[in-house]
This record gives sequence, C-alpha cells and structure tokens, in this order.
Amino acid sequence: MEAVEILFTASLWAAAIRIASPLIFGTLGELICERAGVLNLGIEGIMTAGAFAGWLTVFLGGDLWLGVAVAAMVGALFGLLHGFLVVPLGLSQHVTGIGITLLATSLSYYSYRLIFPSVTSPPKIEPFQPWPIPFVSDIPVIGEALFRQTPLTYLAFVAVLLVAWLLYKTPIGLAIRTVGENPSAAEAQGVDVTLVRMGAVMLGSALMGIGGSFITLSAFNSFFFEMMNGRGWICVALVVFGSWRPGKALAGALLFGAFDAYQLRLQQLAGAYVPYQVFLMLPFILSIIALIIMSRRAAYPRALMVPYRKGER
Amino acid sequence: MGKTTAGERETVLRLSGITKQFGALLANDDISLSLRRGEILGLLGENGAGKTTLMNILFGHYVADAGEIEVEGKVLPPGLPAAALAAGIGMVHQHFTLAENLTVLDNIVLGTESLWQLSSNSQKARTRIRQLAQEFGLEVDPDAIVASLSVGERQRVEILKALYRKAKILVLDEPTAVLTPQESAALFETLKRFVAKGLSIIFISHKLGEILAACSRVSVLRGGRLVAERGVAGVTRSELAELMLGRSIPQAKAEIQKSGEVVLGLHGIHARHNSQVLDGITLDIRAGEILGIAGVSGNGQSLLADVVSGVAVPTAGTLALKGATLSRTGPRVMVNLGVARIPEDRHAEGLISDMSITENVISESYRSAEFAQRGFISWKKARGFALKIITAYEVKCPSPEARVRLLSGGNMQKLILGRVMANNPCLILANQPTRGLDVGAVNYVHEQLLAARKRGAAILLISEDLDELLSLSDRVAVMFRGQISNASPRESTSIKDLGLMMAGHGLKTGNQSHAA
Repeated sequence: MEAVEILFTASLWAAAIRIASPLIFGTLGELICERAGVLNLGIEGIMTAGAFAGWLTVFLGGDLWLGVAVAAMVGALFGLLHGFLVVPLGLSQHVTGIGITLLATSLSYYSYRLIFPSVTSPPKIEPFQPWPIPFVSDIPVIGEALFRQTPLTYLAFVAVLLVAWLLYKTPIGLAIRTVGENPSAAEAQGVDVTLVRMGAVMLGSALMGIGGSFITLSAFNSFFFEMMNGRGWICVALVVFGSWRPGKALAGALLFGAFDAYQLRLQQLAGAYVPYQVFLMLPFILSIIALIIMSRRAAYPRALMVPYRKGER
Repeated sequence: MGKTTAGERETVLRLSGITKQFGALLANDDISLSLRRGEILGLLGENGAGKTTLMNILFGHYVADAGEIEVEGKVLPPGLPAAALAAGIGMVHQHFTLAENLTVLDNIVLGTESLWQLSSNSQKARTRIRQLAQEFGLEVDPDAIVASLSVGERQRVEILKALYRKAKILVLDEPTAVLTPQESAALFETLKRFVAKGLSIIFISHKLGEILAACSRVSVLRGGRLVAERGVAGVTRSELAELMLGRSIPQAKAEIQKSGEVVLGLHGIHARHNSQVLDGITLDIRAGEILGIAGVSGNGQSLLADVVSGVAVPTAGTLALKGATLSRTGPRVMVNLGVARIPEDRHAEGLISDMSITENVISESYRSAEFAQRGFISWKKARGFALKIITAYEVKCPSPEARVRLLSGGNMQKLILGRVMANNPCLILANQPTRGLDVGAVNYVHEQLLAARKRGAAILLISEDLDELLSLSDRVAVMFRGQISNASPRESTSIKDLGLMMAGHGLKTGNQSHAA
C-alpha cells in the first residue's frame, strides 16, 4: 500500500526533522523556564516576534546569523518583561504569559505594517540553504534525511545536548532545578532565587526567539501573519510529554514532526476522498493520545507556577 | 556529659539589641545573647515567643529593625543568607528546606560552587560527604533521591548541608518535633560529638526535657523578650516552666471513669491515598473513653482520620457505629450520625479563613432546620449561634462578622471546638488538636476533650506528642506503616515502649522492620 510505502522514503523523514526543528528550540526554551518554576505562555508570541525580528534584520541587509542573534535578543527582552512581572512582582503566570503572547504578536504585525504599508505579496529574503555534511550525507535514506539539513537544524540538535549538559552537569543547572523544586531550599543555601529565575526565563525565551526565526530564515523566506500557527502551544505540550527532560522532549518533537510530515503526504494521496482538514487534525489527535500515555505519571517541578516571596512562611 | 564551665571560653557569636516588629506585633524586643565556643545553648520559649524570628534574623531571612550580629568579632551584614553561610552559620530549619526530587548530593552541593563553573565535581563532593557522614555518624546515601528518605534521614541531610560548608555555628530549630524518642536521644549524642570537635550549637525547643538533656546553658524567651539565662546544671524543670510561661498552669488530668459500650468499630480496614496506606486496621472505641493513637507522622494516621470522618473510602473492611455497620460513608453521612472532627490542619481543613466566623460555625449544619428555612439561611439565628460559641468558648474576636484569618491559632481552635461540641457528638475525632498552640490554649483543648469524655463521648485522639497522649488517653495504640498495635491501657505503657513501637519494633501485627 502506498500509505505504508511513504514511511520508507527519505523525504518524509527529512521533512519530519525540518518540521521538528523550531519545535525543538521552543520546547527547550519552555523547558528551561519551567524547570526554574516559571510557566511561560508568552512562547507563541515570543516565537512570532523572533520570526519577525530575525527576518527583518536579514531583509535590511544583515547576515543570516545576525538575524538569528537578533531573534534571540528580542526573545530575551520579552523574557525579561515576563520574568519581571511574574518573578519579583509575583503576578499570575498564566495571565501574564497570555498577555505577553498577545503583545509580542500584535507588536510584530504592527511593525510589519508600519514598515511595509502597502505590499501585496510578502517581500522575500535568501534563506539558509542545506549544508550537506560530507560523506555521511551520501548514506542512502538516513544520509538524505539527517545530514542534508540547514545549519539551524543542526544547531537545534546541538542545543539539546547543551541544555542537557547545562541542567545536569553545571552548578547553574543545579540552581535552576532547585529553584523550580523548592525555592526556599535554594535560598537557604545562599542562592538568589529571583536572579536564577530571571536568568532562566531570559535564556529560555532567547531559545524560543531562535525557534521562531527558523520559520522565516530556514523553513520559509518571508514573514506573514498567522505563520506561527500554534507551534508555541505545541511546545508547551511537548515539555509535559517529555517529562521536563531535554532528551525526551527531543523525541516528542521528532514524533510530532513525523506525524505532521506524514499527514501532508496522506493529504496528497487521499485528499480526493477525505476532506483535507481531517489530515490537518491528525498530528494533534495523535499528540493528545501520546500525551495521555506519556505524561500520566509526569513529575512536574514542585514549585512550578508558585511565586516565591522572600521572608514569607 | 560535657558540662564544662563555659565561663572562660571565647564568644563566637554575639547578638546585641535585636528588635523586630511585624505590624502591631513586637516579635523580638531588644534581645541580646552570646554563644561560646564548644557549647550547646538552649533557646527555650513557647510558640510565638520569638525564637524562630530571632534565628531567621541571624540567618538573614529577615532584617532586624535594630540591633547587631557579630560572628567572631566581625559584624554580619543583615539580610543576606549568603553572608551568614560564609561566616560559618548553618541552620537546620524546623520545616526542612530540601528539594525532594533531587538527590542528597545535589541538595548538599547546591550553592557551594561558583555558578560560572562549567561542570561540577560531583565525585569529589561524594567522597567528602561520605567522609563527613562517617566522621559524625550521619550515614546517608549521597545518591538517594530525597523524597525516598525517612524524616530522620532528611534531618541528617540538613545537618550535612551545614557541615559540608564547614559551619562552625549550628542552629537547630525544634529538631526533635519529627523524631521518635530514641531518634531524639541519638541526635543528642551526635550533637555532643559536634561540640567536642569545637562546633557551637544553638538548640531551639519548647520542650523542657530536651533542653535539660541536651544543653549546657539555656536562654528563655517570653513574648519576644529575653527573660532569663541559666546554666542547666542548677536549674529545675518547674523553674524553667515558670520562666517560659510567666505563670504556672495546672495540667489537665483524666479522672478514672468506667467506659461504656462500643461507639465506633473498625474491622480490617484497608485504604490507600498517595503514599499513605492502611493495612488491616481493627479497633474499637467505647463511650466515655479516649483512645490515643501514637506514631511518627506519615504512618497512616491522617488516612485513618479521613476514613473515620468519611473523607476517604476504604477499599476493604467495615465501619460500624453503635453496633450498626455502615453501608455507605461520606463526610455528610458521618456528620449526621454524630461524628465530630477536629482536623489536623485548621487552616486547610478546619476553617475557611477568608469567610466570617458566622459562616464558618454553621458550615457543617447550614442545611439543618435550625438555620435553613425554605432554602434560605436565617442569618439572624446563625449569628446568634456564633455569638453563643464566642462567649462560651472565650474566642477573642472583634465580632461574629470578622474574618477567621484574623484570629490567632488558639482562638481558631476554640472556634472549631465550639462547632464540634455544639451538636453533642457521640464520637470526636481529634487529629493533632494542640499542634502549634501555646500552653494556655493546649490546656484549654485538653479540658474540653476531658469534659466531652465525661459526658460520654468516644474520642479518637491522634497525636505526635507522647506526653499529651499519656496524660489524656485511657488506652494507647501505635501506628507504623499502615498497621496498628493492640491498644494497651495507659497505666501499663511507657514513653520508651511507645518510642520503640513507633520505630516498628515489637508491633504485634506482623511486618517487623527497622525505621531508619
């Protein structure tokens, strides 16, 4: 059957990894925030702002990597705002996060309209091109799927290793995990809870910004409205799916990417018989099922969403 | 025992003129004290006397309004836990400050390495923790997850945290509250080993016996002021008690009386909730008797209370009230049958702190004909009921409309007592009824329980305070890991026996294992 044969094509898996890349960045970013005890629902907006800022930098003549750096910086700035509102001020993390998403999204759209008041077709840039890695990219199927990606995809995989190493092997990572588990324990050991949480939220938000820039600098070559299309919310779910562990989160992102790539191909195959919306739904339904199976016993960070106020008992 | 004359020894820590005000409450009023090298200084006082506030100022959690702290002659900058740690002060808090999902090693190492270090040297840390553990007799596996440790082991981790940082001054805040008597005795031995090696210790407690057993000197706090300093050698228990309370309070004592028929019978109850289990609980409580349940917290007492009050449904076994087996339980069923409960946590389960006194006192009975007419609550009657409780139980409050949040712990408990006793219950479930209360309020609660017993109510008293159990109960049983011992009469029970059973020795119902 054709539907099964698709599973063995290199292009399916190449697409799966491509689709997963922005999710990997976003999920890692959200994971760092939540490990420090801060839910960051600003992710959808921060990714949009990253996508816009990165693309604009390149459009105005900047280097592609400068675009990525600017996206990270814009992400960190929104992280600073979210962090300031929920860490020292202790506001509701849900409400603030949704507010950040609305603000960052609208601000991006508004700036776009200011700069391009009357374009009919979106302006284009020259995006990242695939970097085939010598020798390994010649391996049949696997080589094509894994080693003919753009540099940002490779960076996503490296980021998984870096974040895992940061969280589990360094004193900073230990401090981040402790302020997310029991901030008063961290305080009693002389760790500045506010500082660590702010830092974690900014770092995580910077990764979200990079994830957003993947969409405009690597997957597509222009910026248009609604292009983030709920990817940020998928990342929030993937963090739970991955039980707050970078490796498992990577697996989750790849799984979602595979579902999505597969449904795109099924659409072409069976689109004549079944309305295409059914296929669009598919990865989300499968993700919900996977989430139910994987996260029933998830041990979430104990102090997630609990504001810490010094001197309170 | 190292009762040396500490007179000539150098002072390692000096607090002078510490004052701290919270709103209208003067928590610390011009307190000065000094700690000498190699001594254990007891800090004695009731709940609310200002002990914990004083130590939180020392450790930098609070900033004092006035006063100064000197460690080995150098002034300690206020409000910085990191500075206190660097000066060699280690604190073991009453409520442990451990991150439960992390390992022992992680908890100890946290904050001891520069944050900008690229990787932590966990092998070296592991070796040092093992060494310290051996040197001071604090065995614990560095790679165990804290959540899997017993309370005693967690306390060892807290102490190791301080020792790992080379603490010279150790502050222990109510360290025995969670330990069995035997574990407490072992802790005192460990502390004596510490001071022999040159450490200095501040030992905070409101239990006289412990102060006399562990300390060489004692400072007594009352109402935020330092009222006395004594050497332990020449002081008596009653003298200390009077210094601590400012008056002498007669102890409530149970008069001997004959108990009646069985009010509540549990037979082979099994239940499970989170980490708590009940594994075949069988017991009878008779009219006019107090049955005491001892045990280290977390051995199933809370779940037993939930089963009796109808909050938890047992998976197996039967409940019988006055001889009739209950086919169905539930909080409302039990309330209607005359079961009253004094819950373990007044704030969480006893009262709704942002609602008024009136609303709180009718929360169990607002559906009854007394307060509800054709679906409407008669607030006039409810208010009258609240006023009756306020006068009868001497609840200090501005009015029945006052938010419960504004009351002190003792007054909250009086309110609960008033609500509980109003319907003349046949069974009273008292779970930790005196936890966190000052001595006056404790005595009041005891008197009320004994009065209810005299009226013929059956009382199930769950407590971690063995003195309380032995002074009130007619019979005492011990819970350990979801099982319960046969209840034995008070006259034939000693604190030592209870302590052994609390650690799992000699429990008659099978499964004998050692608590760590």
